[in-house]
Amino acid sequence: MMRRRTTLLASCTAAALALGATACGGSPVSAGGDGKALDGQTITVAGVWSGSEQKNFQKVLDAFTEKTGAKTQFVSTGDNVSTVIGSKIEGGKAPEVVMVPQVGVLQQFAKQGWLKPLSKTAGAAVDANYASVWKDYGSVDGTLYGLYFKAAHKSTVWYSPDALDQAGVKPPATYDAMLKAGHTVSESGLAAFSVAGQDGWTLTDWFENVYLSQAGPEKYDALAAHRIKWTDPTVVEALTTLGKLFEDKQLVAGGRKEALSTDFPGSVEKVFGPKPEAGMVYEGDFVAGVAKDQFGRKIGEDANFFPFPAVTGGKAPVVSGGDAAVVLKDGKNQKAAMRFLEYLTTPEASAVWAGAGGFLSPNKKLDLASYGDDVTRETAKSLVAAGDSVRFDMSDQAPAAFGGTKGAGEWKILQDFLRDPSDPKGTAARLESAAAKAYKG
Amino acid sequence: MTATLLKEASPPPVTLADRRRRARRRGRAVALAFVLPALLLLGALVVYPVLFSVGRSFFDASGTRFVGGDNYTEMFRDPATIKAVRNTAIWVVVAPTLLTGLGLVLAVLVEKVRWATAFKLLLFMPMAVSFLAAGIIFRLAYDEDPDKGVLNAAVVSVHDAFTGTSAYPTARARDGQGLTKGADGSYRTTASASPGDTVALGLVGVLPEDLPRGARPAYAAARRQAAPGELRGAVYLDFTRGGGGEQGRADRKESGLPEMTVEAVRDGHAVASTTTAADGSFRFQHLGPGPYTVRLPASNFAPPYEGVSWLGPALVTPAVIGAYLWIWTGFAMVLIGAGLAALPRDALEAARMDGANEWQIFRRITVPLLAPVLTVVFVTLVINVMKVFDLVYIIAPGPVQEDATVLATQMWLVSFGGGNNQGLGSALGVLLLLLVVPAMIFNVRRFLGSRR
Repeated sequence: MMRRRTTLLASCTAAALALGATACGGSPVSAGGDGKALDGQTITVAGVWSGSEQKNFQKVLDAFTEKTGAKTQFVSTGDNVSTVIGSKIEGGKAPEVVMVPQVGVLQQFAKQGWLKPLSKTAGAAVDANYASVWKDYGSVDGTLYGLYFKAAHKSTVWYSPDALDQAGVKPPATYDAMLKAGHTVSESGLAAFSVAGQDGWTLTDWFENVYLSQAGPEKYDALAAHRIKWTDPTVVEALTTLGKLFEDKQLVAGGRKEALSTDFPGSVEKVFGPKPEAGMVYEGDFVAGVAKDQFGRKIGEDANFFPFPAVTGGKAPVVSGGDAAVVLKDGKNQKAAMRFLEYLTTPEASAVWAGAGGFLSPNKKLDLASYGDDVTRETAKSLVAAGDSVRFDMSDQAPAAFGGTKGAGEWKILQDFLRDPSDPKGTAARLESAAAKAYKG
Repeated sequence: MTATLLKEASPPPVTLADRRRRARRRGRAVALAFVLPALLLLGALVVYPVLFSVGRSFFDASGTRFVGGDNYTEMFRDPATIKAVRNTAIWVVVAPTLLTGLGLVLAVLVEKVRWATAFKLLLFMPMAVSFLAAGIIFRLAYDEDPDKGVLNAAVVSVHDAFTGTSAYPTARARDGQGLTKGADGSYRTTASASPGDTVALGLVGVLPEDLPRGARPAYAAARRQAAPGELRGAVYLDFTRGGGGEQGRADRKESGLPEMTVEAVRDGHAVASTTTAADGSFRFQHLGPGPYTVRLPASNFAPPYEGVSWLGPALVTPAVIGAYLWIWTGFAMVLIGAGLAALPRDALEAARMDGANEWQIFRRITVPLLAPVLTVVFVTLVINVMKVFDLVYIIAPGPVQEDATVLATQMWLVSFGGGNNQGLGSALGVLLLLLVVPAMIFNVRRFLGSRR
């Protein structure tokens, strides 16, 4: 919390300085000879990244500079992109490119008329290099605005190979097998799953995986757009399925009460920390980062993952998310900005970050050899292989009041469900009434 | 000033009254000129925002459609607002009262100690810590895990010092393999056993690292033939490391569970009790003939004491108020201490001469004389408590945020923190304003009164 605020402040200052520099910068130098067509132009790219992500994205920016001669500047917006960008546009200092972290925000920007549609070249590259689902998520009303450069894979169950070996179980392929394996792990003395119930978003991710696999992508899309109600029987069924895991004392580390006071880093610690209490933890590919940086686990050896298993009758789900690059209409150097997006569609640009780590690309032309380690390569492979069946995190598509607020909406109701999973129907009804309110507003 | 005015007003036709009126008008103009900057600032920074919020509260989320009083009805239909009002009421009643009381007691006591200044400084120090930082500190202190939260660490160690811990809190039996769980958490054999029988009791759920030192395999013990008149058996861990063991049978590598209490039960009464050896074996000698059940009493499996759930739904508001006390006690103490220093000494002296004891002096003289200061401290704190936000927002974890919410956090959540409905948020802001106004009026009155 505190760190976020300081970064925000710092980045605002940095932005002011940067923009000042842009404004004071000399007149554009005309194009030089050897392909450096954008010499002297500066583009500002805003995004939520900070720390190592920012550092690695800077490498991509540097590669672009090297190729075209355009100067680049990265501005970190902190968590609340839409507010920051909105005020920058109002203040007449819009960055050229924004890396938008949520579908909902991209749609909001497009509806405000802030975005410029992608150029033909970029559009063609998206058609050629990406599964069409990424194009859909980057489009609003049939116009392509966003290019998904970085993706997250949120259908990975992370486990400690040691714990599973000790219990003598193999990574399961179905949900029921996963529960059964969980029981065996629990008989070995270690709880099966550590659930981060204190953070509502991890619970929405659990639900989304079960729902996507059980109800199928069409229903998933309908529910995400609130075209069907949350009281739909499929929702109740998914909650019941999820409840089977939550209500089982042997499967949840420390029981439900302790799960509710475990936050996300805490849940990773329970599996990969110095005193393991559980064998498996479900969350996205970023679990690897925490396990590696905070607990010194070697990914692939001391920590590994299996894809979230298919729920009876369904296909294994692939829930994803990502950061889309968009060009703002109000940016000064439109041409350079569009050229940058075209660059981002190339496998070459993705390879720069893939080599640095902590990155997945939905670009199917990217050579998997570009990834630094086997586990990331596996996640990337699974993401690209899922093709059009990839679905975006549903809570990210919902209005923030429903899908993204601490202590309210879906987060809060699923936390209540974790506290007492005995009434999926009532939970569905409460989800519906919260959703109805949020989608109306 | 008067001199210049008189000189300027020298032309003869002007009457005295006229002159006086003009002087007064000019005086007023000068006063206005002096007040104007402050008025402008006040207008721009206080009056305008207040009026704007009031106006905004009659519009919908986008701010384009006039909805009349809808936001206000919506506000009171939302259970979260009701909860926020209730919590704010608790805050307003409890926090200032406790603070004023604590401040008074400390101020009086501090007067009497040697290192008064050092002590005051120490108590005042939390005021220098920002609410944000204090919130983070208390979030950690209240953590439920005794390994992280210092309060629970203390509670748990005190508790464990008195009751002790059980050896196998995680152990349990598989269903349908010869052991039935009792309502109190004990296990007993489903089938009865008689002297001359050997029973093997398999449990699971114990990590190999958690076994007592010296635990040995139970393979032999579970198969040893019982002597006549003797009921024997073994309690073992029915789980082979790495899998592969047969369920319900003590395999070669499976360890015994030492130090487990075992009871032989007949007609509901424990007639004999023993503890298992290193290989998990136990035996009851000299039992009379007849059927018995073997029971593993619940004391073997008592879960470890988990301490107090400070940040659970029930205790979260008192917990946050506790953090608030920590910050503000110094403030109350210093203000009241200043009032105390200004008390007329002669009244105290006179009382002492008349033979009043310290309690009587405190009760009959100090407190009544201090009443004005106490009221100021109390009312200031009431106003302060109304707007408490950061502590609640930071200390209350996500799942109980709604249980801890107060009007200020609710207002923020509704207008910016996800709700993005600034119409409804403004309505909440207006409600908060209405609640603060009486306290403000009271304070202003007091100021005016004390000046007169």
